[in-house]
Amino acid sequence: MSAQAETPFPPGALEREAETADTRRRWLLSLPAIAIIVCAAAGPLLVMVIYSFLTPGDYGNVKWEFSLEGWMNTIVQRDIFDDTLIWADAHLSIFWRSFSLSLITTILTLIIGVPTAWFVATQPPGRREFWLFLVTVPFWTNLLVRTIAIQELIRSEGVINLVLLKIGIIDEPLQMMFTDFAIGFGMTYVYLPLMVLPVYAAVDKLDFRLVEAAHDLYASRWTAFRRVILPLIKPGIIAGSILVFVPCLGAYVTPRVLGGGKNLMFGNLIELQFGAGRNWPLGAALSLMLMAAVMVALIFYVRITSREKADG
Amino acid sequence: MTSQTAHAEPAEAAIADTTAIAVDVDRVSKIFRGETEVRALDDVSVGIRKNEFFTLLGPSGCGKTTLLRLIAGFEPPTMGAIRLGTRDISRLPPNQRPINTVFQNYALFPHMSVAQNIAFGLEMLGKPKAEVQRTVDEMLRLVRMEELKNRRTSEISGGQQQRVALARALAPHPEVLLLDEPLSALDLKLRKDMQIELKRLQHETGITFIFVTHDQEEALTMSDRVAVMSAGKILQVGRPRDIYERPAERFVANFIGESNFLDATLSGGTVELAAGGRFDVRVPEGVRDGAVSVLVRPEHASVRSGEAAEGETGATVENVVYSGEATVVHLRLATGEAMKIRLANAPQGGEAPPQTGGAAAIRIAPGAVTVLKD
Ligand SMILES: Nc1ncnc2c1ncn2[C@@H]1O[C@H](COP(=O)(O)OP(=O)(O)OP(=O)(O)O)[C@@H](O)[C@H]1O
Ligand SMILES: [Mg+2]
Repeated sequence: MSAQAETPFPPGALEREAETADTRRRWLLSLPAIAIIVCAAAGPLLVMVIYSFLTPGDYGNVKWEFSLEGWMNTIVQRDIFDDTLIWADAHLSIFWRSFSLSLITTILTLIIGVPTAWFVATQPPGRREFWLFLVTVPFWTNLLVRTIAIQELIRSEGVINLVLLKIGIIDEPLQMMFTDFAIGFGMTYVYLPLMVLPVYAAVDKLDFRLVEAAHDLYASRWTAFRRVILPLIKPGIIAGSILVFVPCLGAYVTPRVLGGGKNLMFGNLIELQFGAGRNWPLGAALSLMLMAAVMVALIFYVRITSREKADG
Repeated sequence: MTSQTAHAEPAEAAIADTTAIAVDVDRVSKIFRGETEVRALDDVSVGIRKNEFFTLLGPSGCGKTTLLRLIAGFEPPTMGAIRLGTRDISRLPPNQRPINTVFQNYALFPHMSVAQNIAFGLEMLGKPKAEVQRTVDEMLRLVRMEELKNRRTSEISGGQQQRVALARALAPHPEVLLLDEPLSALDLKLRKDMQIELKRLQHETGITFIFVTHDQEEALTMSDRVAVMSAGKILQVGRPRDIYERPAERFVANFIGESNFLDATLSGGTVELAAGGRFDVRVPEGVRDGAVSVLVRPEHASVRSGEAAEGETGATVENVVYSGEATVVHLRLATGEAMKIRLANAPQGGEAPPQTGGAAAIRIAPGAVTVLKD
């Protein structure tokens, strides 16, 4: 520092100049990214917010008249005959079903996905690619096709029922189609790779010498898992849970095909407003509500999991 | 065991001997079967005594880590048995062995603080909270890490990590501590400090240390006994002095310190060097009269300029290398054999070392000649 006293600039001036140039360059370089974020995320979001405060058009679309009806309709309904307001408990029950089914699906993918990821990650290096390939194969097929395949498995004359009838475990076919079970089963299948991949990445990074160290220090297999492995692969588990839970909440195809018309999920409810319901503002408001719910859920989840970390 | 107590004197002596053994490695082999079969340990037997600082020394890939991993329980032996005292622990999982390891890369838990790392083993043993706390504090003091106890292990230096690894392994007070090249990642200065510290810790805790290194100086300065390994076998076990001065084989002599190997003829208890000179020697088991190879350490002989007199061997000086505390004189004997001699340097003005190209006379100290097995 003292050597700088001889330069004609006051101390720090050169650094500051370099810093501003640096900042300018950084802004310039990130312009494309910013443009994409604005066009792809902020823009549509803004449209949704505006639409949610407009009046439904007669044949879909919106009229440019300000209205709170869209937001009101998310929780109350105007009775068609006497114009009184009643709770929109259909919306609430649909929301609740979406939430609980998504939660159950996330837990199921955790139970199945973590051991699967573990299995793949502990294979000898040459064989891992093969197993990873198998995990990702479903991605190569259209979601609708995969869902219809599930339908083929679980419908009354489907493979599962046929087999169970043959070996005499059941006397008449189980009704699995068009139930919450069908939706949960389908979503677990569809979103499982999204759990396996991030957990695999975490297990792959895990230093197995730490597991040996835990055993060396008298940890049983279970304690070593709980005290050492689990905390270290937690980032992967968090990422996987988010990747499964969020799209589950808004799932549309799977509940539509496997749940039939009765067992709607939130995604179908929203779709209904933009389609047959012809109530775009309500659809927009419901979408925004879903977004808010996802964000709250994520914040809670991350809070809880990171607090555990701080406690050790 | 109970039947042995009734035995007569010689057997009792044998019992006394086995009770002093902490870890008994009995004819252990380890074969890794992959694309090719690797015999990492080949019929290894060694008894490591209680409270001993025992070092496994050998070149890379000779099986040091494998032996440690077998003792720790991370791998089962393919053949043979490992006993702790007299109890066979070969099939016991690592968490049931009163043995702890300081890993080569330390393997500290990155999601825990320094103190939590040290507490881990004690907690796993189900010690009460107060005792865990007390032992952790004691360990932190022992390795001089009190101020850093709440740091994350990723936020401390390599030397500090090493001390935490040591404290973590010592905290449960194991019967045996295994150390796999714990100093290899440290710079020279820190390494010397830690060598002293390790010796101090071993002394204060009274725990048996099994230490792995491929640094011969480290092995000689720190150990009570050293086992020299090569290609999955233990070639020689002994005190540092025995290993250095009485190596059994050429490999051991070569691996530890500088060596001159000379041709000689053995008859009875004396050897006659091909280059001249008779010496009384101790004949190792299995070596018969006839042509043998002998070892002379460079500092166990002296050289002066001039023609050889009675009891000296003549040679020509090929090179003289000054290296601070010593001067190494490279010589060519009449037989054509090369020999180097290390002379301690006297203050300037003392006797000058021989000059390159000149004639020289070598005097080998009595007892400096060791007959090698091969
Ligand atoms: N899991 C394994 N599978 C196959 N071969 C192995 C395995 N572990 C070790 N080996 C082989 O066994 C031999 C001994 O290995 P080891 O790790 O014990 O050597 P080392 O003496 O500790 O060497 P270094 O000083 O380099 O650490 C080597 O040839 C090594 O390649
Ligand atoms: Mg090794």
